[in-house]
Amino acid sequence: MNAKGKVFKYGDNVDTDVIIPARYLNDPRGEVLAQYCMIDIDPEFAKKVQKGDIIVANKNFGCGSSREHAPLSIKCAGVSCVIAASFARIFYRNSINIGLPILECPEAAAEIQAGDTVSVDFDSGVITDETTGKTYQAQGFPPFIQEIMAADGLVAQTRAKLEGK
Amino acid sequence: MAMTMTQKILAAHAGLDSVVPGQLIQANLDCVLGNDITSAVAIPEFRKTGAKAVFDREKVAIVLDHFTPNKDIKAAEQCKTCRTFAREMGVKHFYDVGAMGIEHALLPEKGIVVPGDCVIGADSHTCTYGALGAFSTGIGSTDMAVGMATGQCWFKVPEALRFTLTGKLPPLVSGKDVILHIIGMIGVDGALYKSMEFVGDGVASLTMDDRFTICNMAIEAGAKNGIFPADEAAQAYAKEHSTRPFQVYAADPDAEYVAEYTIDLSTLSPVVAFPHLPENTRTFDEIPKDLKIDQVIIGSCTNGRLGDMAAAAAILKGRKIHPDVRCIIFPATQQIYLDCVRLGYAEIFVSAGAAFSTPTCGPCLGGHIGIMAAGEKTISTTNRNFVGRMGDVTSEIYLASPATAAASAVTGCITDPRTL
Repeated sequence: MNAKGKVFKYGDNVDTDVIIPARYLNDPRGEVLAQYCMIDIDPEFAKKVQKGDIIVANKNFGCGSSREHAPLSIKCAGVSCVIAASFARIFYRNSINIGLPILECPEAAAEIQAGDTVSVDFDSGVITDETTGKTYQAQGFPPFIQEIMAADGLVAQTRAKLEGK
Repeated sequence: MAMTMTQKILAAHAGLDSVVPGQLIQANLDCVLGNDITSAVAIPEFRKTGAKAVFDREKVAIVLDHFTPNKDIKAAEQCKTCRTFAREMGVKHFYDVGAMGIEHALLPEKGIVVPGDCVIGADSHTCTYGALGAFSTGIGSTDMAVGMATGQCWFKVPEALRFTLTGKLPPLVSGKDVILHIIGMIGVDGALYKSMEFVGDGVASLTMDDRFTICNMAIEAGAKNGIFPADEAAQAYAKEHSTRPFQVYAADPDAEYVAEYTIDLSTLSPVVAFPHLPENTRTFDEIPKDLKIDQVIIGSCTNGRLGDMAAAAAILKGRKIHPDVRCIIFPATQQIYLDCVRLGYAEIFVSAGAAFSTPTCGPCLGGHIGIMAAGEKTISTTNRNFVGRMGDVTSEIYLASPATAAASAVTGCITDPRTL
Protein backbone atom coordinates (compact mmCIF):
# COMPACT_ATOMS: atom_id res chain seq x y z
CA MET A 1 0.00 0.00 0.00
CA ASN A 2 1.21 3.47 -0.86
CA ALA A 3 0.20 7.07 -0.39
CA LYS A 4 1.19 10.25 -2.18
CA GLY A 5 0.11 13.82 -1.66
CA LYS A 6 0.84 17.39 -0.77
CA VAL A 7 1.88 18.20 2.81
CA PHE A 8 0.00 20.24 5.41
CA LYS A 9 2.49 20.97 8.20
CA TYR A 10 1.79 21.62 11.90
CA GLY A 11 3.82 22.01 15.10
CA ASP A 12 3.94 20.32 18.53
CA ASN A 13 0.97 19.13 20.61
CA VAL A 14 -1.80 19.45 18.00
CA ASP A 15 -4.74 18.54 20.25
CA THR A 16 -8.01 16.88 19.34
CA ASP A 17 -9.92 20.05 20.34
CA VAL A 18 -8.35 21.98 17.47
CA ILE A 19 -8.63 19.00 15.09
CA ILE A 20 -12.38 18.81 15.73
CA PRO A 21 -13.80 21.19 18.36
CA ALA A 22 -16.55 19.98 20.71
CA ARG A 23 -19.11 22.23 19.04
CA TYR A 24 -19.14 19.79 16.10
CA LEU A 25 -19.37 16.60 18.18
CA ASN A 26 -23.15 16.57 18.09
CA ASP A 27 -22.96 14.68 14.79
CA PRO A 28 -21.15 11.32 14.63
CA ARG A 29 -20.91 11.10 10.82
CA GLY A 30 -17.40 11.20 9.37
CA GLU A 31 -18.39 13.08 6.22
CA VAL A 32 -19.94 15.86 8.34
CA LEU A 33 -16.96 16.01 10.74
CA ALA A 34 -14.59 16.24 7.75
CA GLN A 35 -16.06 19.65 6.81
CA TYR A 36 -14.69 21.08 10.09
CA CYS A 37 -11.42 19.14 10.28
CA MET A 38 -8.56 21.25 11.74
CA ILE A 39 -10.84 24.31 11.86
CA ASP A 40 -9.39 25.84 15.06
CA ILE A 41 -5.76 25.53 13.96
CA ASP A 42 -6.14 25.95 10.18
CA PRO A 43 -9.57 27.27 9.11
CA GLU A 44 -8.68 26.83 5.41
CA PHE A 45 -7.69 23.16 5.74
CA ALA A 46 -11.05 21.56 4.90
CA LYS A 47 -11.39 23.76 1.79
CA LYS A 48 -7.85 23.18 0.55
CA VAL A 49 -7.24 19.50 1.32
CA GLN A 50 -7.21 17.13 -1.68
CA LYS A 51 -7.73 13.39 -1.58
CA GLY A 52 -4.41 11.73 -0.79
CA ASP A 53 -2.83 14.73 0.96
CA ILE A 54 -0.58 14.13 3.95
CA ILE A 55 -0.41 15.78 7.39
CA VAL A 56 3.07 16.19 8.91
CA ALA A 57 3.42 17.40 12.51
CA ASN A 58 5.92 17.46 15.35
CA LYS A 59 5.56 15.74 18.74
CA ASN A 60 2.46 14.52 20.60
CA PHE A 61 0.01 14.82 17.68
CA GLY A 62 -3.59 14.18 18.73
CA CYS A 63 -3.19 14.86 22.44
CA GLY A 64 -6.17 15.49 24.69
CA SER A 65 -9.64 14.06 24.28
CA SER A 66 -10.27 10.44 23.25
CA ARG A 67 -12.74 11.60 20.60
CA GLU A 68 -12.41 9.20 17.66
CA HIS A 69 -14.08 12.00 15.72
CA ALA A 70 -10.54 13.46 15.35
CA PRO A 71 -8.89 10.69 13.28
CA LEU A 72 -12.28 10.05 11.62
CA SER A 73 -12.52 13.66 10.44
CA ILE A 74 -8.95 13.50 9.09
CA LYS A 75 -9.60 10.20 7.30
CA CYS A 76 -12.90 11.39 5.83
CA ALA A 77 -11.30 14.68 4.71
CA GLY A 78 -9.26 12.49 2.34
CA VAL A 79 -5.92 12.53 4.16
CA SER A 80 -3.92 9.43 3.21
CA CYS A 81 -1.40 9.46 6.06
CA VAL A 82 -0.34 11.39 9.17
CA ILE A 83 3.40 11.55 9.87
CA ALA A 84 4.51 12.90 13.26
CA ALA A 85 7.52 12.87 15.57
CA SER A 86 5.22 11.17 18.11
CA PHE A 87 1.51 10.60 18.67
CA ALA A 88 -0.63 10.84 21.80
CA ARG A 89 -1.51 7.28 22.71
CA ILE A 90 -5.32 7.34 22.36
CA PHE A 91 -5.08 9.04 18.95
CA TYR A 92 -2.51 6.42 17.95
CA ARG A 93 -4.72 3.44 18.78
CA ASN A 94 -7.86 5.11 17.41
CA SER A 95 -6.11 5.66 14.08
CA ILE A 96 -5.01 2.03 13.87
CA ASN A 97 -8.47 0.83 14.87
CA ILE A 98 -10.25 2.86 12.17
CA GLY A 99 -7.62 2.32 9.47
CA LEU A 100 -6.07 5.80 9.23
CA PRO A 101 -2.41 5.21 8.36
CA ILE A 102 -0.02 6.96 10.77
CA LEU A 103 3.76 6.88 10.93
CA GLU A 104 6.18 7.98 13.66
CA CYS A 105 9.33 9.54 12.20
CA PRO A 106 10.98 12.46 14.02
CA GLU A 107 13.46 13.16 11.19
CA ALA A 108 10.74 13.39 8.53
CA ALA A 109 8.60 15.49 10.87
CA ALA A 110 11.47 17.93 11.37
CA GLU A 111 12.55 18.32 7.75
CA ILE A 112 9.50 17.97 5.51
CA GLN A 113 7.98 21.36 4.71
CA ALA A 114 4.41 22.50 4.03
CA GLY A 115 3.55 22.14 0.36
CA ASP A 116 6.15 19.43 -0.36
CA THR A 117 4.97 16.39 -2.27
CA VAL A 118 5.57 13.26 -0.21
CA SER A 119 5.09 9.58 -0.95
CA VAL A 120 4.90 6.77 1.58
CA ASP A 121 5.46 3.04 1.16
CA PHE A 122 3.58 1.50 4.09
CA ASP A 123 5.12 -1.96 3.66
CA SER A 124 8.68 -0.73 4.04
CA GLY A 125 7.94 2.39 6.14
CA VAL A 126 9.97 4.50 3.70
CA ILE A 127 8.86 8.13 3.38
CA THR A 128 10.10 10.04 0.33
CA ASP A 129 10.00 13.82 0.08
CA GLU A 130 9.73 14.09 -3.70
CA THR A 131 10.26 17.86 -3.55
CA THR A 132 13.69 17.55 -1.91
CA GLY A 133 14.51 13.97 -2.93
CA LYS A 134 15.24 12.95 0.66
CA THR A 135 14.06 9.65 2.10
CA TYR A 136 13.27 8.71 5.70
CA GLN A 137 12.72 5.39 7.46
CA ALA A 138 9.68 5.33 9.77
CA GLN A 139 9.20 2.83 12.58
CA GLY A 140 7.37 -0.27 11.41
CA PHE A 141 4.28 -1.66 13.11
CA PRO A 142 4.51 -4.84 15.19
CA PRO A 143 2.78 -7.89 13.59
CA PHE A 144 -0.16 -7.65 16.04
CA ILE A 145 -1.00 -4.18 14.75
CA GLN A 146 -0.29 -5.12 11.12
CA GLU A 147 -2.95 -7.83 11.51
CA ILE A 148 -5.54 -5.25 12.61
CA MET A 149 -4.64 -3.03 9.67
CA ALA A 150 -4.65 -5.93 7.20
CA ALA A 151 -8.12 -6.90 8.43
CA ASP A 152 -9.30 -3.35 7.56
CA GLY A 153 -9.56 -2.23 11.16
CA LEU A 154 -10.50 -3.64 14.54
CA VAL A 155 -14.25 -3.89 13.91
CA ALA A 156 -13.81 -5.97 10.74
CA GLN A 157 -11.23 -8.13 12.51
CA THR A 158 -13.60 -8.67 15.46
CA ARG A 159 -16.48 -9.53 13.13
CA ALA A 160 -14.34 -12.17 11.41
CA LYS A 161 -13.34 -13.62 14.80
CA LEU A 162 -16.91 -13.65 16.15
CA GLU A 163 -18.20 -15.31 12.96
CA GLY A 164 -15.43 -17.88 13.20
CA LYS A 165 -16.58 -18.97 16.65
CA MET B 1 10.28 -10.69 36.55
CA ALA B 2 9.43 -7.85 38.95
CA MET B 3 6.34 -5.86 37.96
CA THR B 4 4.72 -2.50 38.67
CA MET B 5 1.13 -2.20 39.96
CA THR B 6 -0.13 -1.63 36.42
CA GLN B 7 1.82 -4.53 34.97
CA LYS B 8 0.45 -6.89 37.65
CA ILE B 9 -3.15 -5.91 36.97
CA LEU B 10 -2.66 -6.29 33.22
CA ALA B 11 -0.96 -9.69 33.62
CA ALA B 12 -3.79 -10.96 35.82
CA HIS B 13 -6.41 -9.80 33.32
CA ALA B 14 -4.53 -11.36 30.40
CA GLY B 15 -4.25 -14.70 32.21
CA LEU B 16 -0.45 -14.45 32.32
CA ASP B 17 1.98 -14.98 35.20
CA SER B 18 3.97 -11.95 34.17
CA VAL B 19 4.26 -9.33 31.46
CA VAL B 20 7.07 -7.06 30.31
CA PRO B 21 6.94 -3.49 28.97
CA GLY B 22 6.20 -3.39 25.26
CA GLN B 23 4.41 -6.76 25.28
CA LEU B 24 1.12 -6.74 23.36
CA ILE B 25 -1.67 -8.47 25.25
CA GLN B 26 -5.41 -9.11 25.13
CA ALA B 27 -6.88 -8.32 28.55
CA ASN B 28 -10.28 -9.18 30.02
CA LEU B 29 -12.27 -6.13 31.06
CA ASP B 30 -14.20 -5.46 34.27
CA CYS B 31 -15.96 -2.44 32.81
CA VAL B 32 -16.43 -0.77 29.42
CA LEU B 33 -17.59 2.85 29.64
CA GLY B 34 -18.92 5.38 27.17
CA ASN B 35 -20.66 8.76 27.20
CA ASP B 36 -23.27 10.32 24.91
CA ILE B 37 -20.71 11.61 22.40
CA THR B 38 -18.42 8.59 22.16
CA SER B 39 -21.14 5.93 22.51
CA ALA B 40 -22.99 7.52 19.60
CA VAL B 41 -19.98 6.59 17.44
CA ALA B 42 -19.40 3.23 19.18
CA ILE B 43 -22.95 1.86 18.88
CA PRO B 44 -23.01 1.65 15.04
CA GLU B 45 -19.52 0.09 15.19
CA PHE B 46 -20.78 -2.45 17.76
CA ARG B 47 -23.54 -3.41 15.30
CA LYS B 48 -20.94 -3.90 12.56
CA THR B 49 -19.11 -6.51 14.66
CA GLY B 50 -22.18 -8.71 14.28
CA ALA B 51 -22.53 -9.13 18.06
CA LYS B 52 -26.14 -9.47 19.15
CA ALA B 53 -25.57 -8.68 22.83
CA VAL B 54 -23.01 -6.95 25.02
CA PHE B 55 -20.52 -9.37 26.60
CA ASP B 56 -21.88 -8.74 30.12
CA ARG B 57 -24.73 -6.33 30.77
CA GLU B 58 -23.37 -5.65 34.28
CA LYS B 59 -19.95 -4.63 32.94
CA VAL B 60 -21.00 -1.94 30.50
CA ALA B 61 -21.62 1.63 31.66
CA ILE B 62 -23.20 4.34 29.50
CA VAL B 63 -23.44 7.79 31.05
CA LEU B 64 -25.17 10.65 29.23
CA ASP B 65 -23.08 13.49 30.65
CA HIS B 66 -21.43 15.52 27.89
CA PHE B 67 -24.09 17.43 25.95
CA THR B 68 -26.77 16.90 28.59
CA PRO B 69 -29.31 18.05 29.59
CA ASN B 70 -29.62 17.95 25.79
CA LYS B 71 -28.06 21.09 24.38
CA ASP B 72 -29.60 20.90 20.89
CA ILE B 73 -31.55 18.62 18.55
CA LYS B 74 -28.49 16.76 17.27
CA ALA B 75 -27.28 16.14 20.84
CA ALA B 76 -30.75 14.90 21.72
CA GLU B 77 -30.58 12.43 18.83
CA GLN B 78 -27.22 11.11 20.07
CA CYS B 79 -28.67 10.61 23.55
CA LYS B 80 -31.67 8.83 22.03
CA THR B 81 -29.32 6.46 20.18
CA CYS B 82 -27.58 5.66 23.50
CA ARG B 83 -30.83 5.31 25.45
CA THR B 84 -32.37 2.94 22.89
CA PHE B 85 -29.22 0.82 22.80
CA ALA B 86 -28.91 0.67 26.60
CA ARG B 87 -32.51 -0.50 26.93
CA GLU B 88 -32.21 -3.04 24.13
CA MET B 89 -29.04 -4.51 25.63
CA GLY B 90 -30.22 -4.29 29.23
CA VAL B 91 -27.15 -2.24 30.18
CA LYS B 92 -27.24 -2.20 33.97
CA HIS B 93 -25.18 0.93 34.52
CA PHE B 94 -27.07 3.35 32.30
CA TYR B 95 -27.40 6.87 33.69
CA ASP B 96 -29.67 9.50 32.17
CA VAL B 97 -30.56 13.05 33.27
CA GLY B 98 -31.74 13.08 36.86
CA ALA B 99 -29.57 10.11 37.78
CA MET B 100 -26.48 10.85 35.74
CA GLY B 101 -23.38 12.56 36.98
CA ILE B 102 -20.04 13.22 35.33
CA GLU B 103 -18.90 9.69 34.51
CA HIS B 104 -15.56 9.70 36.34
CA ALA B 105 -17.09 10.92 39.58
CA LEU B 106 -20.14 8.71 39.13
CA LEU B 107 -18.54 5.30 38.52
CA PRO B 108 -16.51 5.23 41.76
CA GLU B 109 -19.44 6.72 43.71
CA LYS B 110 -21.76 3.96 42.42
CA GLY B 111 -19.18 1.29 43.25
CA ILE B 112 -18.85 0.23 39.60
CA VAL B 113 -15.04 0.31 39.81
CA VAL B 114 -13.06 -1.29 42.66
CA PRO B 115 -9.34 -1.88 43.34
CA GLY B 116 -7.62 -4.27 40.93
CA ASP B 117 -10.12 -3.74 38.10
CA CYS B 118 -9.17 -3.39 34.44
CA VAL B 119 -11.36 -0.70 32.91
CA ILE B 120 -11.57 1.03 29.53
CA GLY B 121 -13.65 4.10 28.80
CA ALA B 122 -14.29 6.02 25.61
CA ASP B 123 -13.28 9.20 27.39
CA SER B 124 -9.70 10.25 27.98
CA HIS B 125 -10.23 10.94 31.69
CA THR B 126 -11.09 7.30 32.39
CA CYS B 127 -7.63 7.20 33.99
CA THR B 128 -9.30 8.72 37.10
CA TYR B 129 -10.03 5.31 38.71
CA GLY B 130 -6.34 4.69 39.29
CA ALA B 131 -7.01 6.43 42.62
CA LEU B 132 -8.69 3.18 43.69
CA GLY B 133 -5.73 1.02 42.68
CA ALA B 134 -7.43 -0.02 39.43
CA PHE B 135 -5.96 0.00 35.92
CA SER B 136 -8.16 2.28 33.88
CA THR B 137 -7.46 4.06 30.63
CA GLY B 138 -9.11 6.12 27.95
CA ILE B 139 -9.68 4.59 24.52
CA GLY B 140 -11.79 5.50 21.48
CA SER B 141 -15.22 4.52 20.26
CA THR B 142 -14.02 1.54 18.21
CA ASP B 143 -12.26 0.05 21.24
CA MET B 144 -15.45 0.64 23.22
CA ALA B 145 -17.51 -1.13 20.54
CA VAL B 146 -15.19 -4.14 20.45
CA GLY B 147 -14.90 -4.12 24.26
CA MET B 148 -18.70 -4.28 24.56
CA ALA B 149 -18.81 -7.13 22.02
CA THR B 150 -15.94 -9.26 23.34
CA GLY B 151 -15.12 -8.12 26.88
CA GLN B 152 -11.53 -7.67 25.80
CA CYS B 153 -9.12 -4.96 24.70
CA TRP B 154 -5.62 -4.99 23.25
CA PHE B 155 -2.91 -3.21 25.21
CA LYS B 156 0.78 -2.56 24.92
CA VAL B 157 2.15 -3.14 28.44
CA PRO B 158 3.45 0.27 29.55
CA GLU B 159 6.70 1.28 31.15
CA ALA B 160 6.26 3.30 34.33
CA LEU B 161 7.33 6.50 36.05
CA ARG B 162 7.40 6.46 39.85
CA PHE B 163 6.42 9.50 41.89
CA THR B 164 7.31 9.12 45.55
CA LEU B 165 5.22 11.54 47.60
CA THR B 166 6.41 12.57 51.06
CA GLY B 167 5.10 15.02 53.66
CA LYS B 168 1.68 16.59 53.80
CA LEU B 169 0.06 19.38 51.73
CA PRO B 170 -0.13 22.82 53.36
CA PRO B 171 -3.58 24.42 53.84
CA LEU B 172 -5.27 25.64 50.62
CA VAL B 173 -2.98 23.47 48.48
CA SER B 174 -4.74 20.47 46.92
CA GLY B 175 -4.39 17.46 44.65
CA LYS B 176 -4.95 19.78 41.69
CA ASP B 177 -1.83 21.74 42.61
CA VAL B 178 0.11 18.46 42.92
CA ILE B 179 -0.81 17.23 39.43
CA LEU B 180 -0.33 20.66 37.80
CA HIS B 181 3.09 20.84 39.47
CA ILE B 182 3.97 17.40 38.05
CA ILE B 183 2.74 18.24 34.52
CA GLY B 184 4.71 21.48 34.65
CA MET B 185 7.76 19.44 35.61
CA ILE B 186 7.54 16.61 33.03
CA GLY B 187 5.50 18.26 30.23
CA VAL B 188 2.36 17.31 28.33
CA ASP B 189 4.11 14.31 26.78
CA GLY B 190 6.38 13.59 29.76
CA ALA B 191 4.58 10.32 30.49
CA LEU B 192 3.65 9.43 26.89
CA TYR B 193 2.54 5.77 26.60
CA LYS B 194 3.61 5.20 30.25
CA SER B 195 2.06 4.59 33.68
CA MET B 196 2.39 7.17 36.43
CA GLU B 197 2.61 5.33 39.76
CA PHE B 198 2.17 7.40 42.93
CA VAL B 199 3.64 5.93 46.10
CA GLY B 200 5.30 7.00 49.34
CA ASP B 201 4.29 7.91 52.88
CA GLY B 202 2.74 11.16 51.64
CA VAL B 203 -0.07 9.20 49.94
CA ALA B 204 -1.87 8.54 53.23
CA SER B 205 -2.29 12.29 53.80
CA LEU B 206 -4.13 12.77 50.49
CA THR B 207 -7.92 12.52 50.49
CA MET B 208 -9.55 10.20 47.97
CA ASP B 209 -10.86 13.31 46.18
CA ASP B 210 -7.27 14.57 45.84
CA ARG B 211 -6.17 11.19 44.46
CA PHE B 212 -9.02 11.13 41.90
CA THR B 213 -7.95 14.60 40.73
CA ILE B 214 -4.30 13.55 40.43
CA CYS B 215 -5.07 10.38 38.44
CA ASN B 216 -7.67 12.24 36.35
CA MET B 217 -5.00 14.49 34.84
CA ALA B 218 -2.41 11.75 34.18
CA ILE B 219 -3.63 11.92 30.56
CA GLU B 220 -2.56 15.58 30.44
CA ALA B 221 1.03 14.33 30.78
CA GLY B 222 0.31 11.82 27.99
CA ALA B 223 0.12 8.86 30.39
CA LYS B 224 -1.71 5.63 29.70
CA ASN B 225 -2.82 5.56 33.33
CA GLY B 226 -2.16 6.97 36.77
CA ILE B 227 -2.38 4.71 39.78
CA PHE B 228 -2.16 4.85 43.58
CA PRO B 229 -1.74 1.84 45.88
CA ALA B 230 -5.08 0.53 47.17
CA ASP B 231 -4.24 1.53 50.74
CA GLU B 232 -6.54 1.63 53.77
CA ALA B 233 -8.37 4.76 52.54
CA ALA B 234 -8.92 3.35 49.04
CA GLN B 235 -10.15 0.03 50.41
CA ALA B 236 -12.48 1.83 52.84
CA TYR B 237 -13.85 3.88 49.91
CA ALA B 238 -14.44 0.72 47.86
CA LYS B 239 -16.21 -1.03 50.76
CA GLU B 240 -18.39 2.00 51.43
CA HIS B 241 -19.48 2.29 47.78
CA SER B 242 -19.48 -1.29 46.48
CA THR B 243 -20.32 -4.82 47.52
CA ARG B 244 -17.99 -6.31 44.89
CA PRO B 245 -14.99 -8.24 46.18
CA PHE B 246 -11.69 -6.73 45.08
CA GLN B 247 -8.03 -7.56 44.64
CA VAL B 248 -5.17 -5.40 45.90
CA TYR B 249 -2.01 -5.28 43.77
CA ALA B 250 1.25 -3.80 45.05
CA ALA B 251 4.34 -3.14 42.94
CA ASP B 252 7.26 -5.49 43.50
CA PRO B 253 10.03 -3.77 45.49
CA ASP B 254 12.44 -4.29 42.60
CA ALA B 255 10.01 -3.28 39.82
CA GLU B 256 11.66 -1.20 37.10
CA TYR B 257 10.81 2.44 36.48
CA VAL B 258 12.15 4.48 33.57
CA ALA B 259 12.30 7.56 35.79
CA GLU B 260 11.75 8.33 39.47
CA TYR B 261 10.72 11.58 41.10
CA THR B 262 10.35 12.52 44.77
CA ILE B 263 7.93 15.27 45.70
CA ASP B 264 7.73 16.73 49.21
CA LEU B 265 4.07 17.73 49.40
CA SER B 266 4.76 20.20 52.22
CA THR B 267 6.84 22.36 49.85
CA LEU B 268 4.07 22.84 47.27
CA SER B 269 2.04 26.00 46.77
CA PRO B 270 -0.97 26.86 44.56
CA VAL B 271 -0.27 26.37 40.84
CA VAL B 272 -1.97 27.91 37.80
CA ALA B 273 -1.53 26.55 34.24
CA PHE B 274 -1.51 29.40 31.74
CA PRO B 275 -2.85 29.20 28.18
CA HIS B 276 -2.66 27.08 26.08
CA LEU B 277 -1.14 23.93 27.59
CA PRO B 278 -1.44 22.30 31.03
CA GLU B 279 2.38 22.29 31.22
CA ASN B 280 2.55 26.12 31.23
CA THR B 281 2.45 26.19 35.02
CA ARG B 282 3.29 29.11 37.27
CA THR B 283 3.26 29.66 41.01
CA PHE B 284 2.04 32.95 42.43
CA ASP B 285 5.50 34.50 42.60
CA GLU B 286 5.39 34.39 38.76
CA ILE B 287 1.79 35.60 38.27
CA PRO B 288 0.92 39.29 37.80
CA LYS B 289 -1.40 40.58 40.57
CA ASP B 290 -3.78 42.35 38.17
CA LEU B 291 -4.56 39.53 35.72
CA LYS B 292 -8.31 40.08 35.25
CA ILE B 293 -10.71 37.28 34.42
CA ASP B 294 -14.23 37.29 32.99
CA GLN B 295 -15.42 33.90 34.16
CA VAL B 296 -14.79 31.25 36.81
CA ILE B 297 -15.70 27.58 36.33
CA ILE B 298 -15.68 25.25 39.33
CA GLY B 299 -16.54 21.60 38.74
CA SER B 300 -15.88 18.80 36.16
CA CYS B 301 -14.53 15.24 36.40
CA THR B 302 -11.31 16.81 37.68
CA ASN B 303 -12.68 18.96 40.50
CA GLY B 304 -16.43 18.47 40.92
CA ARG B 305 -16.35 16.25 44.00
CA LEU B 306 -17.61 17.12 47.47
CA GLY B 307 -14.15 18.06 48.74
CA ASP B 308 -13.86 20.50 45.84
CA MET B 309 -17.28 21.99 46.59
CA ALA B 310 -16.26 22.32 50.26
CA ALA B 311 -13.05 24.14 49.27
CA ALA B 312 -15.01 26.58 47.11
CA ALA B 313 -17.67 27.08 49.80
CA ALA B 314 -15.04 27.81 52.45
CA ILE B 315 -13.73 30.67 50.30
CA LEU B 316 -17.11 32.00 49.13
CA LYS B 317 -18.86 31.91 52.52
CA GLY B 318 -19.92 35.45 53.41
CA ARG B 319 -18.26 36.86 50.27
CA LYS B 320 -19.57 38.06 46.90
CA ILE B 321 -18.50 37.17 43.37
CA HIS B 322 -16.80 40.20 41.78
CA PRO B 323 -19.34 42.17 39.69
CA ASP B 324 -17.25 41.79 36.51
CA VAL B 325 -17.10 37.99 36.85
CA ARG B 326 -19.53 35.22 35.89
CA CYS B 327 -19.01 32.26 38.23
CA ILE B 328 -20.49 28.85 37.39
CA ILE B 329 -20.31 25.99 39.89
CA PHE B 330 -21.37 22.50 38.88
CA PRO B 331 -21.09 19.53 41.23
CA ALA B 332 -20.18 16.30 39.44
CA THR B 333 -23.04 14.02 40.52
CA GLN B 334 -26.60 14.15 41.82
CA GLN B 335 -25.36 12.87 45.20
CA ILE B 336 -22.76 15.63 45.43
CA TYR B 337 -25.41 18.16 44.38
CA LEU B 338 -27.68 16.91 47.17
CA ASP B 339 -24.81 17.00 49.66
CA CYS B 340 -24.14 20.62 48.62
CA VAL B 341 -27.76 21.44 49.40
CA ARG B 342 -27.77 19.62 52.75
CA LEU B 343 -24.42 21.05 53.87
CA GLY B 344 -25.42 24.61 52.99
CA TYR B 345 -22.88 25.00 50.15
CA ALA B 346 -25.66 25.61 47.62
CA GLU B 347 -26.91 28.57 49.64
CA ILE B 348 -23.37 29.93 49.99
CA PHE B 349 -22.80 29.69 46.21
CA VAL B 350 -26.11 31.26 45.22
CA SER B 351 -25.87 33.99 47.90
CA ALA B 352 -22.38 34.84 46.64
CA GLY B 353 -23.78 35.37 43.16
CA ALA B 354 -22.66 32.17 41.46
CA ALA B 355 -24.73 30.10 39.02
CA PHE B 356 -25.19 26.63 40.57
CA SER B 357 -25.71 24.06 37.84
CA THR B 358 -26.90 20.49 37.44
CA PRO B 359 -24.09 17.97 36.72
CA THR B 360 -22.77 18.11 33.13
CA CYS B 361 -19.45 18.02 31.27
CA GLY B 362 -20.70 20.99 29.18
CA PRO B 363 -18.50 23.88 30.35
CA CYS B 364 -15.21 21.94 30.40
CA LEU B 365 -15.14 21.10 26.71
CA GLY B 366 -16.98 24.15 25.43
CA GLY B 367 -20.02 21.98 24.81
CA HIS B 368 -22.62 24.21 26.40
CA ILE B 369 -22.89 26.53 29.43
CA GLY B 370 -20.15 29.09 29.98
CA ILE B 371 -18.87 29.41 26.39
CA MET B 372 -16.45 32.34 26.01
CA ALA B 373 -16.55 35.21 23.51
CA ALA B 374 -13.46 36.51 21.71
CA GLY B 375 -10.66 37.64 24.02
CA GLU B 376 -12.34 36.53 27.25
CA LYS B 377 -10.49 34.81 30.09
CA THR B 378 -11.68 31.99 32.37
CA ILE B 379 -10.00 30.50 35.40
CA SER B 380 -11.24 26.94 35.60
CA THR B 381 -10.86 23.85 37.75
CA THR B 382 -11.14 21.68 34.63
CA ASN B 383 -8.31 19.83 32.90
CA ARG B 384 -7.45 21.38 29.54
CA ASN B 385 -6.62 24.91 28.44
CA PHE B 386 -6.15 24.23 24.73
CA VAL B 387 -6.85 26.88 22.09
CA GLY B 388 -10.61 27.33 21.69
CA ARG B 389 -11.49 24.57 24.16
CA MET B 390 -14.12 26.69 25.93
CA GLY B 391 -15.13 29.04 23.16
CA ASP B 392 -13.66 31.48 20.67
CA VAL B 393 -10.12 30.65 19.52
CA THR B 394 -8.86 33.91 21.04
CA SER B 395 -10.32 33.17 24.51
CA GLU B 396 -8.01 31.98 27.27
CA ILE B 397 -8.25 29.28 29.96
CA TYR B 398 -6.23 29.25 33.18
CA LEU B 399 -6.32 25.94 35.10
CA ALA B 400 -6.28 25.96 38.89
CA SER B 401 -7.65 24.39 42.07
CA PRO B 402 -11.15 25.07 43.44
CA ALA B 403 -9.68 27.28 46.19
CA THR B 404 -7.71 29.38 43.70
CA ALA B 405 -10.67 29.62 41.30
CA ALA B 406 -13.04 30.66 44.12
CA ALA B 407 -10.59 33.27 45.44
CA SER B 408 -10.25 34.66 41.91
CA ALA B 409 -14.05 34.83 41.58
CA VAL B 410 -14.11 37.14 44.60
CA THR B 411 -11.34 39.51 43.51
CA GLY B 412 -11.88 39.42 39.73
CA CYS B 413 -8.17 38.72 39.21
CA ILE B 414 -6.20 35.46 39.41
CA THR B 415 -5.62 35.26 43.15
CA ASP B 416 -3.63 33.15 45.59
CA PRO B 417 -6.29 31.74 47.95
CA ARG B 418 -3.83 32.07 50.86
CA THR B 419 -3.91 35.86 50.52
CA LEU B 420 -7.67 36.32 50.71
